[in-house]
Amino acid sequence: MIETLSIIVVEKDRDRALLIVDALREAGDYKITVIGEETGLARRIAENRPDLVLIDLRSPSRDVLEELALASGPMDRPVAMFVDRSDTGLTRAAIEAGVSAYVVDGLRPDRIRPVLDAAIARFHMFSRMRSELAATKAALEERKVIDRAKGLIMRAKGIGEEEAYGLLRKAAMDQGKRLIEVAQAIVTAAELLR
Amino acid sequence: MTVTLPLGYIPLVDAAPLIAAAEFGFAEEEGLHLDLHPAASWSMLRDMLDFGQVVAAQMLSVVPVARALGLGGGAQPLETALVLSLNGQVLGVSAPVAARLGAVGFGDAAAAGRAVAGLGGSLRIGVPFPFSMQAELLHYWLDHAAPGVAVEIRTVPPPRMAEALRADEIDGFCVGEPWGSHAVEMAGARLLLPGAAIWSQAPEKVLACRSGWMEERPETAGRLLRAIWRAARWAADEANLTTLAEVLAQPRYLDVPPELIDRALRGRLLVSAQGPEVPVAQFLSLHEGAANFPWRSQAGWIGARLAARFGIAPGGAAEVARATFRSDLFRQHLGPAGAALPRASEKIEGGLERASEVPGMKHPVILARNRFFDGQVFDPALLV
Repeated sequence: MIETLSIIVVEKDRDRALLIVDALREAGDYKITVIGEETGLARRIAENRPDLVLIDLRSPSRDVLEELALASGPMDRPVAMFVDRSDTGLTRAAIEAGVSAYVVDGLRPDRIRPVLDAAIARFHMFSRMRSELAATKAALEERKVIDRAKGLIMRAKGIGEEEAYGLLRKAAMDQGKRLIEVAQAIVTAAELLR
Repeated sequence: MTVTLPLGYIPLVDAAPLIAAAEFGFAEEEGLHLDLHPAASWSMLRDMLDFGQVVAAQMLSVVPVARALGLGGGAQPLETALVLSLNGQVLGVSAPVAARLGAVGFGDAAAAGRAVAGLGGSLRIGVPFPFSMQAELLHYWLDHAAPGVAVEIRTVPPPRMAEALRADEIDGFCVGEPWGSHAVEMAGARLLLPGAAIWSQAPEKVLACRSGWMEERPETAGRLLRAIWRAARWAADEANLTTLAEVLAQPRYLDVPPELIDRALRGRLLVSAQGPEVPVAQFLSLHEGAANFPWRSQAGWIGARLAARFGIAPGGAAEVARATFRSDLFRQHLGPAGAALPRASEKIEGGLERASEVPGMKHPVILARNRFFDGQVFDPALLV
């Protein structure tokens, strides 16, 4: 019988960690441990003797895991980054999704594949959520600046909202600039001249 | 036509040449648009290089050599044709260890070694990455100044250094600025030495590319090297430091107070929270003294140290290591741009008691003082 694969998920955000754990549970029968603390990370991982460690590609703590990849590191079994250096397709998919995996040397690729596939799918979802959130935030910010610029024009020229917006759009078109750029220039100028 | 090049960096003071190249027109002058990608870890930066998300990156000088020797993670061989900085590291201890050390002057590596040896017990010291000049300087210093002291070197991401000190995970650290000053301010740490007090000319960061890229794209590589080299020359000029510190301090780059960066750029350090500021000679070199030239002997020294520690045959290791520092490409691309070119591509590391002239291709080249604290020298000719 093959022993249950032991997986560590390093993730500070509790909700994200739970989502990853759920996805892994669906993918197979694994022993999963979540580490949310950065304190003593290398020691905690070494004590758990995992077969596989999953961590956000952007996590600053990744460099701590590099220590585990050294033969003289705190783990007695050498760890390699990713599945297999030859399987660049899977590695690239993982990188693009924003997940990095540290795998104990000699673990069979067919045992790792389902874990990574599940993690990759989940991390893709995270990065989509992250970029959607960023886009929403940026759109909100732009809206605010445009509204302020509109208000400034309305006050300066004693005109209505629609007319002020029309002037802004015309200026942007004439100068070949984005609306937000013209609005930002007006707001900056107004702050300087205040 | 403008060429866009994706470049990776870590928000540190010694990312200055990359940021200055993008911000002050040096890239533009070469028809380049530098698309700068910050990374949160050295592993991430290395992966970005491996998988072509960036074509070049600020990198720890030890990483290309370690990779060539088959140490650490990553898949692609890396090389460099430009050293971005020498030194800039600080070595410090936690408040409790500082209290036990008593009065040790700042900057005396031998005395600090004796004091540390007198502590007894074992020490846990944090460094940013297992393959870094910080780790190499620490090993060299302890091997030579405090032999027999039991040390456990741990990897701690620099922004976490202060927290790790407070949580009693580590007793000391060796890290680049601004994170040493940060530990002083946030965790009451005391600085013992600048890296320059261990080796006054330790190559700290390099501009790393995937091996072969610079020869596949010689024209682009030439433009990139010139833009960053000129930016480094500008960044080393004292007249520009205030402007440089202001730009580096911006939220999209380092996001720390400009005073911290200004101190590091000028080599003035706050040794303890109570002060005072201490001026440090050769604290950080971005350009002076042929600092940007990738000496084969620098890579040779790193290779020899790694080989000894990881049990690799020294002769072969030196050859493999030397090949990662491409002084030939520096000559090819930066000679015509006016960089001072020494006649030799190797020098005796640790062999200059004071700044001196050495023979150059057109004009003599002035090299900075190059000493190890214990007066030892590394002669690359003795290895092969």
